[in-house]
Order: sequence, then structure tokens, then C-alpha cells
Amino acid sequence: MVSISNLQPKRASSQEPRRLATSATDKSLMSSDALVLEGVTRAFGALRAVDDVSISVAAGQKYAVLGSNGAGKTTLFNAITGDFPPTAGTIRFFGEDITALQPYERIRKGLRRTYQSSLLFKELSVRDNIFMAVRGVGSGRFSFWRAGANDASQVATDDILHRIRMDHLKDELVGNLAHGQQRQLEIGMALAGAPRLILFDEPAAGLSPAERRELVALLKGLPAHMSFVLIEHDLDIALRVVERVTVMHNGRVLRHGTPDEIENDAQVQAIYMGGKH
Amino acid sequence: MSAARWRRAMNTGAVGVAAAPLPAVPARSGAARSMSVDRHAAGTAPSRWKLLSRAVSVRHVLVLVFVLLLPFVATPFFTYQVAAQALIFGLIALSLSFLAGYGGMVSLAQMSVAGMAGYAVAVLGASGTESSLGWHWGAVVPIALAIAILASTLIGWLSVRTDGIYTIMITLAIGVAFYYLVLQNYSVFNGFQGFQKVYPPSVFGINWREPLPFYFLALFWAMAGYFFIQWLVRTPFGIALQGTRDNARRMNSLGFNVTAHRVAAYAVSGLLAGLGGVLLVWYNGLISPGSVGTGWLINVLVIAVLGGMKHPIGAFLGAIVFILLQTFAIDLIERERFNLLIGGVFLAIVLFSPDGLLGLWAKLRSRFGSKQAVTSTTRR
Repeated sequence: MVSISNLQPKRASSQEPRRLATSATDKSLMSSDALVLEGVTRAFGALRAVDDVSISVAAGQKYAVLGSNGAGKTTLFNAITGDFPPTAGTIRFFGEDITALQPYERIRKGLRRTYQSSLLFKELSVRDNIFMAVRGVGSGRFSFWRAGANDASQVATDDILHRIRMDHLKDELVGNLAHGQQRQLEIGMALAGAPRLILFDEPAAGLSPAERRELVALLKGLPAHMSFVLIEHDLDIALRVVERVTVMHNGRVLRHGTPDEIENDAQVQAIYMGGKH
Repeated sequence: MSAARWRRAMNTGAVGVAAAPLPAVPARSGAARSMSVDRHAAGTAPSRWKLLSRAVSVRHVLVLVFVLLLPFVATPFFTYQVAAQALIFGLIALSLSFLAGYGGMVSLAQMSVAGMAGYAVAVLGASGTESSLGWHWGAVVPIALAIAILASTLIGWLSVRTDGIYTIMITLAIGVAFYYLVLQNYSVFNGFQGFQKVYPPSVFGINWREPLPFYFLALFWAMAGYFFIQWLVRTPFGIALQGTRDNARRMNSLGFNVTAHRVAAYAVSGLLAGLGGVLLVWYNGLISPGSVGTGWLINVLVIAVLGGMKHPIGAFLGAIVFILLQTFAIDLIERERFNLLIGGVFLAIVLFSPDGLLGLWAKLRSRFGSKQAVTSTTRR
């Protein structure tokens, strides 16, 4: 299992976590809810891709959002990260209203996401991709000075490279990597800095059965304090790694419940089995 | 790597864990390797001398020797009219190829920014026109550069919210607006006449208007601009800028303020264009609305495209070909048709190599077996 210590930069100086960590107010740290959505709606013209969705994810809670294709899951993620801001509703992150913030401001507060189809910088090296993820949530984004080998961001980059066992590929252009390696790099980038909540958008897509099993183990092994919200079509994966589930259908919330409740829900089964709904 | 190996690595977090090393992914044929290896060599740290010798190849030394010896073997006409002019336009085109090649923003207003710096030198410094203020060059040049940076930043701030053809249109509109401003304003810009006799100052007892000193002045700043961009694109700012070019949405989701990065890139390009503008007004000895007309806005784009925008050297290669053609085409073909020759050469280069001369060079290198060409697959 992955321990908390494994997700902290190992070779960094004692001050490094502070330098790399995103700012968090005492108030937000005390909040027991990591993410609260209240009546979030995202409309594209007349189409309400996400319609009045309310969800509450507790700090440290592992959460899944399920639904068939077109249910609005990824649009919901986009609303949370600000890629496509909600047209109505409120989003609170550790007690702070982030509805009107720019995507980069939300990320700096400890929110992370991975994309359904890998959005990586294919003309840059593996190392540069991770380095950007580290710098994006750290300091020196506008630096005109190359970071020295002992710079905290370099150490953190090497640490993630080492952790995801891609040291030997660090100078490889990402466009040359295999699909599984790109998925892995995506998740490695989400671990940069000090994530407090990660949105995983179908992390198992395109992985082999063996890789999926290991992904489950990885998700289960994430630190207790770290929340995540998972979008996954594979119910076997989703229901094994989360504590709470929301099922969406046609942009609206169909059910909230525990994995057991959802698994045994007749309507959910009907949707997933293609029955009438 | 499989998720299994990954998880084991996450669990152990130590070097040399009992997980089989993963097969290295073969690089694409001809693809240049990332240069980040020079930033972080594994194992023993190589000495500065070794790093320097690794970075400098024979062709670098040859080019350096060539540009240093050129004015001593070439005629003063060639040194001044061709070489120095090419270096100046290369510097202005570099400001565009930096924006376009590394930031994905094609601005047609770079010549306008250069013109603003040039006009600042003429208006604030000494010229043959009475309205010039005649300030000392030591104050005028920094102010001219500051004006160029400020103007470029404002242009960037206006245009970065657009993409592609819209960026081109908005920057073209700004360029044309500046042209009409200087054409019709007499109180500051002296209208159609512009400013004559704007000469470089004599410093250290050297008359910098002479071909040889002026060539070295232009060479110094062209090289400074080239190495500055070479340096910049490997800094965190430069890497982030390339990220915004490739995927702005993803950069946002990594915590980067894409708009701020793009505007900052415009500021940097303003510095380069401003330097070029100051040198250009000294080179011509005059500046007038014709210097910032639509023709020259487009010419800077032609130079950048001709050379290739995926490496800083492309701007200078493009400028050399452009100036050579402009200077000597008239000797090769009758006076009425020399523009046809220029256009034909441009068309041929762009047709055979969309990446300009750099792309042509890469094709030749790959055909003849070298693997270290400046390739079209990377933008280092």
C-alpha cells in the first residue's frame, strides 16, 4: 500500500514541503468538507449537461461519480476545476467559495485532476511535464533562472519520477510513450505539490486487466487525508475503492449512497444493464 | 510501465527495488532528444568545462569565426548593407519567432514595436529635425526600450485573448493604426517626413556609424538576443510558455496563469524588437512612416517563416536570405521584375519545407545520416 510518506518528496530539505505546499487558511483546514457542490448547473445553450447537482465530499473521503455516457460526469469535473465554469450553483473547496475563481487559482488551493484522454505535453520530455506540474503549484512560475539541481522543485520532480519508476524515461518525449505510460504520467502530475483532493477522470481507461487491479490497489493506498472523486465506467473498480457514490443520469443526480446501496439499486442496475429507465 | 511496477515503486520509494527495469521507448527517427538532460545529469556532476565543451560543437566555432572575420574580408558595402542589416532584421524577426515558435502567438505588430523604439530615439535624441529633443543617448536608448516593452505588453494584453487568425488581425490593425498615427501626426512624429540624420553616438572615440564598428554593434546585440532566447526557453518561464502553446487548458489545470505568461512573452519580444528598432534607426539614419508600413509588418513575418520558427537561429537565416535577395535580385533580373524572383524563392522554400530553411536543413541532415540536426519535430 502507498503510505503518506511515500507521497512526500523524499530527498527534499525540511523546508521544501512548506515551499511547495499550496496556501491553505486555518479556516479551510478545519473544514470537514473537502468539496461541496450546491445546485451546480452547466448549460450549453438549451442543453443542461449538468443540472442542479449537489454533492458533498468529506475531507479524506473517497468518492465516485458514476453514470452512463453523456450523464454529465466529465462536465461536472470541468465545472469543479473551472475549465467550464458552472452557469449556476456554488462550489466550496474546504469551506472556501471557489465558484468564481480561475482554474489555476483552484489548482493552487490543492485541487488536482487527471483527464479522460491524456492531456500531456507531447513535444516536451517526461521530466519537463512533471517539472511543470511541480512549478505550477509551487513558486517561481515566471522564473528566468534555470532551477539548480538542488532546487526544491527539481528534487520534487526527481522524486515523482523515481516514484513512478520513469527515471530512465525522463528525457523521452512524451509523444513517444505508450498509452499506459502516459496515463501513469498523468497521475504522477496530479500528485505534484500537496494535493488535497484529486479528480480522477476514468483512470482505468485503456489499461489491461492486470493494470486495472494494480490501479485499484494504488487508489486504495492513497493517504487517508487525501480525498478523491473518481469517474469510472468499470463498476468493479469504482465500487471497490470508494466510500460513497453518486450516480448521475442525463445531467441530474439519480442516487446518492454507499457502494452496497448503489450496487443493489434496481434503477442503477437498469441504467447500467441498458434496461428501461 | 505497468501499474503493478508503479505501485511497487510507490510502496518502496527506493532505488534498485526488485522490479525489472522497463524497456526504454525508442525515440522517433530524427527526433531530437530533450535538452533537459543538461540540466540534471545523473550521477557525478560534470565540470563546467565539460558542460561547455558538450554544448559547443565544431559548427558553433565555425559560425563564430565566420561572423568575426567577415567584415575584414568582405567589402564595407557588404558588411554594412547586407550583414549588419540582416542581423538587425534577424533580431526583429527573432522577437516574432520567439512569440510564434515558443508561444504560439503570431503578432504582425513586431515591426511597429521596433518602430516605436526607433521613433523614440529620433524624437527624444538628436536628429536633423528641429522638433527632436536632443537628449543624451544614454537616457534615450533605455527609454526607447522601455517604451517598446510597454507597448508590446499592451499589445499582448489586448491580443492574447484571441487565437490564430484573430491574433493576426488584431495585431495587424494595431500596426496599421500606428502607421497612420505617425503619418498624420506632425507635432510629435513629423508626419510623412519623419526624422533624418538620426545617427549612432560616438562612444569610446569610435564612430559607430562606420561599417566595421556598426557591424560589430549589430552582431553583439544579435548574439545577445539569440543566446538570451536560447537561455530563456530552458528556464521555468520558457518551458511554461511552450506548455501554453501546446495546451493552454492543461497549463491552467496545472496552476499556471496562461494569460499572464503570454503577456510576459510579449514583453520579452518587445525588448528584442525594441533593440532591433534602435539599431535600425541608426542603420538607416532615418525613420519615417514607410519604416513601419504594412509592407514591413509583413516582411518581418516573411523573414521569420522563411528561416523557420522552431529555433532562434531561423530568424537570422531568414533575414540573411531576405536581405541578400532584396539587395542583389535587381542585379540578376531586369529592374521591373526583380520582385518576381524574390517571391519565387520564398514560394519555393515554403513549398518544399513548411518549416522554412531550418526544416530544409533538417531534411538534408536526416537524408545524409546525421542524427543531431535541428529537427522539425522539436522546437528547442
